Amino acid sequence: MTTSDLFRKIEAYRWNLPRNFHDRLTESIYGEANRIASSRTHRTGESTRMAFQRTLDKWLTNPFTGYPLMALIFTVVLWITIAGANVPSALLFTGLIEKGQPFLKNVCESIGLWPWLNGLLVDGIYLTCAWVVSVMLPPMAIFFPLFTILEDLGYLPRVAFNLDRLFQRAGAHGKQALTMTMGLGCNAAGVIAARVIDSPRERLIAIITNNFSLCNGRWPTQILIASVFLGALVPPALASLTAAISVFAVASLGFVFAFLSSWALSRTVLKGEVSSFTLELPPYRPPKIFRTLYTSLIDRTLFVLWRAVVFAVPAGAIIWLTANISIGGESIAWWMVTLLDPVGWVMGLTGVILVAYLLAIPANEIVIPTVLMLTVHMTGLSGVGEQGAGVMFETSETTTLAAILRTGGWTTLTAICLMIFSLCHNPCSTTIYTIYKETGSARWTAVATFAPVIMGVVLCSFVALAWRLFL
Amino acid sequence: MSSCSTDTCASCTARIPVLEKLGIRMTGWDHVVALAGNPNTGKSTVFNQLTGLRQHTGNWPGKTVSRAEGGFSLDNRKYKLVDLPGTYSLLSTSQDEKIARDFVLFGQPDVVVVVVDATALERNLNLALQILQISDRAVICLNLMDEAAAHKIDIDHRGLSADLGVPVIPCVARSGEGIKELLQAIREVATGMYTCSPIKLKLKVPGLTEAVKNIADSLGEAFPSIPNPEWIALQLLDGDPVFLEAVADGTLGQLSEDPQATLMKRTS
Repeated sequence: MTTSDLFRKIEAYRWNLPRNFHDRLTESIYGEANRIASSRTHRTGESTRMAFQRTLDKWLTNPFTGYPLMALIFTVVLWITIAGANVPSALLFTGLIEKGQPFLKNVCESIGLWPWLNGLLVDGIYLTCAWVVSVMLPPMAIFFPLFTILEDLGYLPRVAFNLDRLFQRAGAHGKQALTMTMGLGCNAAGVIAARVIDSPRERLIAIITNNFSLCNGRWPTQILIASVFLGALVPPALASLTAAISVFAVASLGFVFAFLSSWALSRTVLKGEVSSFTLELPPYRPPKIFRTLYTSLIDRTLFVLWRAVVFAVPAGAIIWLTANISIGGESIAWWMVTLLDPVGWVMGLTGVILVAYLLAIPANEIVIPTVLMLTVHMTGLSGVGEQGAGVMFETSETTTLAAILRTGGWTTLTAICLMIFSLCHNPCSTTIYTIYKETGSARWTAVATFAPVIMGVVLCSFVALAWRLFL
Repeated sequence: MSSCSTDTCASCTARIPVLEKLGIRMTGWDHVVALAGNPNTGKSTVFNQLTGLRQHTGNWPGKTVSRAEGGFSLDNRKYKLVDLPGTYSLLSTSQDEKIARDFVLFGQPDVVVVVVDATALERNLNLALQILQISDRAVICLNLMDEAAAHKIDIDHRGLSADLGVPVIPCVARSGEGIKELLQAIREVATGMYTCSPIKLKLKVPGLTEAVKNIADSLGEAFPSIPNPEWIALQLLDGDPVFLEAVADGTLGQLSEDPQATLMKRTS
């Protein structure tokens, strides 16, 4: 019997079955489940925990109190991160950069290493890795455990529940709220998480817009720039809080962009009906603190840090080489930065930042270290981290950073535009690859890659223009 | 909550197998065990308990969307454990549900462990019953017993086991309670020491039995390698688009021949 005969036979049988066959099939399962469950379960009393959870949900998912509480919770998490990261950051900076780099240089010199190799290894590779660790480790080591605790408590599905109303209005699937919250950890994970969405149209929207969730690699950038530049605008007592609120504002802006682009996509190229779904709100569970600390430190913090270091090694080598190989009397880095400076100026950024973003396509994590390295090389601050050149250093790390960056021509505008551009630029290479794997379409991958960059360029230019005209 | 007096069991070395967590070192396994269940019932937690891996767990449904694999060794036998995405049913069409269904059916695991949320037994049994229609060898892991107790829910797990025809093991996977007993049950089912006789649903629709049998026979002829032709026949009669298409273009046989490759293709 050929397969087409078989197919016809199945069709013939289907005609003879009652029309409600599917319902009866489903009913037989549900009926049996109900029968077994009710005969083998009995309640021994009233559940007090249930009542407590209901009260909690009444506040956390209420349309009026839900959003302010959400803002409050995330701002507190960010505030703890920012306030807590200062001291360890300063310690790491002193140890790894101020003391570590000259020490390693001396060791290399004493064993008679060629100066160029010494420079490549210590000034290039080591210094970039040291920046990565001292800039990223402390905020991550605080932020990720806090975020994991929120996750274990069961709060994230409530966030998704709150955002669902907005996503529905944007013509997107409510589960996109879940994929967006996943994206807060890692965009590649968020893109894969879009598999939970049944409709291909809504899944595609979720995949394309996931980049607007600030990811692991970008939180430290945001936190750092906000604390160095925006925190400095207000009295010290309010610095951490101001920084926390501005980071929260940028993250929220990301969600606004996700709504707007979902709305635009579902009104134009990806038209269709919004499908409904069930979102299960899991019970609140007390988190296991030590387990949480362990998994978030090992799996998230060290994982992200390791990834950053892996990408920082070649990036550090490239930065050092571009800064030390000359063409026509100037270094390659100088040419690149000078070439991109006008574009950077229009966007309220600098050439250095744009070069850093080009180098950081593999991993967003290394943007700030790359910026710092390039600035140091470009402005001839060769004394950074070396003994005897401590004139520009003050005690805490953030002020040192500010000093380096101000020398590189940074203003408050640069900081604001960088925060916007960090939110709104191409996804990292891993995410781009994941988008391609998940959609199987080069066209949609290109849309997901270039649309945010264009948005970022336009937005930054607009902000810079407005800033220069009115302030 | 435990079935036997655990003190004597724990001290008896003959009965309690020694678990060796193998992480992802799982070449040359003897048995394949699949972990299925509704979303957010703790499948990944059970997975981590058995393999020693740290698959990310989180208190929200839909944490696992693709398969995760790990291994453990028990009494010198190696087991490959596959953590499937959580699903409410095997009938729907989303990616994650398809992954779960294809693996239970075509991956032909030696044991399917259905992780069940004890606080929502009825809803969880829907999936368990569907799986029992496909797979003859299953173990029910009645997880979150601590929460069920907090909610003042009492479950007669022996009665449940008698109803379903497969072992039912009460567990608190987060703290590791009941994991030993679960391993014991997995081993017994995998090695054939325990013979499951899972409950089969009877549907009183005139002509159905004949139709299923007839189609199953033809399926067996056309695609000799497919597992459980009766169940596939029932799905075809129910109008399952994936299976109908696979019959029409003759790829149903390929689905079963190389489940890994097919899964990869479908998930990507």
